[in-house]
Parts: sequence; C-alpha cells; structure tokens
Amino acid sequence: MPSRRSRPSHPIARPGTAAVLAAAGALLLAACGTGSGGSGGDAGSLTEMDYYDAAPQNTQLPAILDECATQVGVKIKHQQVPRDQFLPKLLQQASARSLPDLALIDNPDLQQLAATGGLVSLSKAGLTTSGLYPSIVAAGQYQGQTYGIAPGVNGLALYYNKDAFTQAGLQPPATWQELKTDAKKLTQSPRYGLAFSAVGNEEGTFQFEPFFWTAGADLKQLDSPQAVQALSLWKDLVGSGAASKSVVTWTQADVNDQFLAGNAAMMVNGPWQLPTLNAKKDLHFGVVPIPVPAASAKPVTPLGGEVWTVGHSNAAREANAVKVVKCLLGHDESATWAKDAGYIPSNQQAAAQLATSDPQMAAFVQEVATARARTTELGTAYPKVSQALADAIQSALAGGKDPKAALSQAQSAAKN
Amino acid sequence: MSTTAARAALRPAGRTDGSPQAGPTGNHRRHRARWAAVAFVVPAWLYVAGFYLYPLAGSIRMGFQNYTVSSFYTGVAPYVGWANYTAVLHDSHFGRTVLNTALFTAGSLVFQFAIGLALAVFFNRRFPLGGPLRSLLLVPWLLPLVVSGTAWRWILDTDSGVLNHVLLQLHLASHPIPWLASTHDSLIAVTLVNIWVGIPFNMVILYGGLQAIPGELYEAAALDGANAWHRFRHITLPLLRPVTAVVLTLGLIYTIKVFDVIMILTQGGPAGSSQTLTTFAYNLSFQQLLFGRGAAVGNLLILVAVVFAAVYLRSTREQRQAGR
Repeated sequence: MPSRRSRPSHPIARPGTAAVLAAAGALLLAACGTGSGGSGGDAGSLTEMDYYDAAPQNTQLPAILDECATQVGVKIKHQQVPRDQFLPKLLQQASARSLPDLALIDNPDLQQLAATGGLVSLSKAGLTTSGLYPSIVAAGQYQGQTYGIAPGVNGLALYYNKDAFTQAGLQPPATWQELKTDAKKLTQSPRYGLAFSAVGNEEGTFQFEPFFWTAGADLKQLDSPQAVQALSLWKDLVGSGAASKSVVTWTQADVNDQFLAGNAAMMVNGPWQLPTLNAKKDLHFGVVPIPVPAASAKPVTPLGGEVWTVGHSNAAREANAVKVVKCLLGHDESATWAKDAGYIPSNQQAAAQLATSDPQMAAFVQEVATARARTTELGTAYPKVSQALADAIQSALAGGKDPKAALSQAQSAAKN
Repeated sequence: MSTTAARAALRPAGRTDGSPQAGPTGNHRRHRARWAAVAFVVPAWLYVAGFYLYPLAGSIRMGFQNYTVSSFYTGVAPYVGWANYTAVLHDSHFGRTVLNTALFTAGSLVFQFAIGLALAVFFNRRFPLGGPLRSLLLVPWLLPLVVSGTAWRWILDTDSGVLNHVLLQLHLASHPIPWLASTHDSLIAVTLVNIWVGIPFNMVILYGGLQAIPGELYEAAALDGANAWHRFRHITLPLLRPVTAVVLTLGLIYTIKVFDVIMILTQGGPAGSSQTLTTFAYNLSFQQLLFGRGAAVGNLLILVAVVFAAVYLRSTREQRQAGR
C-alpha cells in the first residue's frame, strides 16, 4: 500500500478496486453455488447422506456401504449430518437439484420427500419387496409406488430391570393395570417405576403411539375416547409419582441414561439402545412387548427406523445407486447391519431367525407383525398432527390439563 | 448500515478532490474521483444486496406463498395472499407465544441491565484481584451456548439438578421444583439462564461507559457533600445515558431473537410454555414443515426488530444533534 500511494499519477488504485469487485462477485457466486452436489456427474462416484452420528452405527454403516460399493464397482462419498440438520440440508439440496444419490431418511419424512418428485421410484427401477414385512414396505410408499426401503426397522418395547423385579417379587407387566401397579410398587426414591420420553416433538409422539394405537385410537381423530384413555394412563403414571415429571424434557437417549443409572425400573425404548445397555455388565434387564389395555389385545407399535432412497440425477447414476440399495438389502448385509445397530431385519425370515437366536430381540420381532407405519393414516399431513399430539401430551403431563380437553384442543389445532 | 459504509467510503475520495497537492486539472480529476467513489461503494452494495436484501426479499415472498417440501424441488409455490399470516394469528399457540416473547425479553433486559450495571459500578473501584475477577465474569460470554445450555439443563433438572438440591437443603422449597418440566416454571427458567448469558455484555459496555466519566466530577460532588446515592443518581446515571441507550436497544434486538438458549433447555416446551417467536418459527418450518407460516412468523419478528432499530437510530441522532 505505501508504495502505491507514493505514485502521484494513480491517486486511486484501479487494480485494487477491480480485485475487490472480483472478490465480491466470487463471494456471490459461491453463495449461489453452495448446494451444488453431484447431479448429472460421473456415474462411478455416488454421494450418500445419513444422520448416524453416534457409535456403533456411524462406523459400521460406512463399512457396509463401502462393501456394497465395491460389489457394484462404484465409489461412495459419505456424509453424516446431525439429526436436526438433516432435513433442512436435504431440502436445500433439493432446491439446488442435487439430492444425494443415496440418502437414509427417517421413514415419516419419506412421504414429504417423495411428494417433491425428486426421488427415484424404486418399484419402477425393478426392486422387489417380496419376503419383507408388508408394514415395512408400506412405510416406504407414496401413492402406490415404493420410494424408500428399509433394510431393517425398529420399534418400541418395555425394558425392565430384572434385579428390581426379583427384589419386589414381581413379574413384568402385560396389561396397563399391571403396568400401573408395578410402576407404583417399584418407585423408591431416587428410583422411579417407569421412564418414557414425552418430549414435545415427533420423538414424544412416537413413544406415545404404542399406547394410543393399542387402545384403538386413530390419528384422524385425536380426541376419541380411546385416545383419552391412553393419555390418562400416562397422566396417572406421572401424577402418582410412578414416573418423573421430567419425562416431558427427556429424549429417548435421556430415558436410556435414567434406566442405565438405575433411576428407573422400567422404560419404553427401542432396540438401538441394546449395544449401550449390554455394555453395562452389572445391569440385568429383560425386554417384553408394550403392555396392552386388556390381556386379549395385541400391541400396535409405530415402525421406526430409516429408509434408503435414491435421488434423481441421470440414468447411469440412478441405475448404480439402485444396485447399491439392492446390495444393502441383501441377506448378509442387512443381517450384519441389523445385528450391530440393533435393528430388526425387514426380511421376515431373517427376522424370525433373529428372534430365536437373540432373546433380547424377541419382543421387538413379535411386535413388528402388528406394527404400523406412522404415515399410513395421514400421508403428508403427518408432521402437523404429530406436533398437535405432542402438545396435548405435554399440556396434560406438565400443565395439569385434563386429557380430554388437551386432546380436543389438539384435534382442532390439527385441523387448522 | 449500508449508508454509513457508503459515506465512509466516499469521504477519502472527497478529500483527494479538494487537496492541493494532487495531479493535473480539475475536471479530469473530479471525473476520476467520482468513478473511484462508485468503485468503493459498489462492493458494499453488492455485499448488502447478496447477503441481506436477497434473503430478506425471499423471506417476505415466502410468507405469501404456500411453500411445501415439494416447492424446494419443483420451485412451484402458489401465492396465497395473507393466508399464512391469518393462519399464524389464529394458531392456538400464537397468543401465548407473543406474551412469552414479551415477558422473556422484558425480564431478561431489566435484570441483565440492573445486574450488569451493579457489577460495572462495583468493578469501577480499584481493589485487589479486581482485574482477574472481572475477566472471570466474562466466561459466560466466551463459552459456546451449547455447552453452558447443557450445563444449565443439568443444574435445573427436577430430580437430580443441583439447584433443587440446594433449595431443598436450605428449606427454601418444600418439594423439587420442575423448572423445565412444568408449564408454569419453564419460562422463568429459560429467562433466568438468558439473564446469566447477557450479564457480561451489559457489564462490559457499561464499564466502558463508566471509565469515560471524569473522576473530578465525583470529587467535586463529594466536596459539595453529595452522598454515594446522590452521586450515582445525578452523575453516573445521566452521563451513562447514551451508553444505556445502546446497551438496551442492542440487548432488545439480541434478546428478541434468542433461539439456542430456549432450544437447548426446553425446545419451547412443555406444551409451548416457553415458546418464543423464534422457536415458533423454527417449529413451524422444520417440525411441521409449514415453511410459509414459518416465514410469516420470521417476518413479524423482523418487523418488530426494525421498529426498535428505527427508534434507536432516531434517538441517537437526536442525541448527536443535541450534543452539537
């Protein structure tokens, strides 16, 4: 700078300004181009995105993907994005027309994404779903076409601490009444009888749905007598002190921590917690299906887990991506994945095998047959209703609101 | 902001124009200087246009559209007039959310300012280890909010939180208070944490303001027999007024858009009891995927901030004119 100022014939540095302008232009271009991914590019290298940012899934999924990539003869670029940024990121990529070739998305989000037209129809691409649980196939469908397919699924069941039960001379509960009395008996400060997640978003709704659906309620009518019955059960559990008031702030991971720490004798949780629970050697626990209102009923749990989708790009890339999905659904690959990550294989035979070989998984496998995809009743309207239901749960548990009033309000909010 | 940048950019060029020692004849020089001025202003305008105006226009447009997940891919989003705004205004959460935002903002501002001022006055006196102590008070400002927010979540936990433990031990509470788990306490809890987060900012700026007040004034007042309260009331407060205006207006704009504190502590829950306009907009857009309504709430928030920013600019301008 000083040298330039000493030249009197050039009082203002034109080259400098040009550079500044160029830099600003480059910034703008960069701002416009941040979403650019790989659409339309080389068919030999595919992009992949998922939200598995915790062990063991975050190391094990890339390994299986790489194995499938080698089989198909392509390279796969992995990207792991935190859960809460996953959908925004995917939408941003959608607007730049550069959806990843392979994305592992949460199944209730599938309908929304399929509705964009940005996903490849896997049924048209010739992917067969025979031998898979029909409920799992339904979770990946939009308007009769399969857009997403899960190599494995999960659900919810009741975990119980064997030592606490033996000490109290109790058997794991099978009905709501037993659940209430057992939870009350097992409550001894600082230990609560039962822990579940009633956090104010989809996670809380997901935990409530086994009770909601098993009672016979329907997401189209949130304030039915059956729904009120289910919410009253939860309110009674918190009201009697058998479950902590903090359930409205606990995520499923927090619930698991409480159970691990011995602060809860029972918990509602999924099979993905098994690796962590098994790592704690002095914890003796069992898993039974979610208790039902009357002994004759069958539990109806929501299907959890993610589905593989293929984003539109060009024919050659799409074909390769579909090949990778086929490989991921293969018997060995899905079995390895299910085993390490704590999932139930979508393949009915493989699941049956798992139930006999792994007693911890038996309750989950048993429930899959009667499980329901969350979007079956409502399709793309699901997220809004899920939020309304989560609000109702919270205002009943934390706001002292009557379950019936809370659910009527939710029903009118869902219609708005 | 843009105009100040532009004016700042223009000034050196104007000076070159009038300065005697520069090159050849007047006309040519003036012409060149004008180009130079434009060249200096253009980057600022490009920046503002690209990073402020364009997204702002996008947000305003989105507020009038039925923007869905598929709109991101297809680019098709039908215009629906004021439908998003009416839907938001009739949302069962809206009234509560606005009230929460007002209470949260007012509560945070009052206590942040009062405690910040008290600490600033305290540290304005010299005493042993005053410096290190003062810098320790800045820690909340330096910590990432995710870290301090998570720590506060543990502190405020109903069953195992240290705050309830202390309150029970001291017999200040008869039963554990569900800070984050009750619709009655959650707003208080998030406001308390936000006050804690904001105290250092208030303290630092007010401390700077105190340093600028000449010491002789206090000495003279003391000689005239004014006691400590009188000196504070009649010297400190009036002379601190310009700084106070800055702190409160900036504080207001910061507080009204607070997002992470609430998101980490309660996610706006339970049942929307600690929801403010920011978490409401996030919830609409990214939980319920109603992007048009989310944008509508965001635009309302921008409107509120613009109104207060205008009030602030007006008051500082009047002050500057009065000062001349």
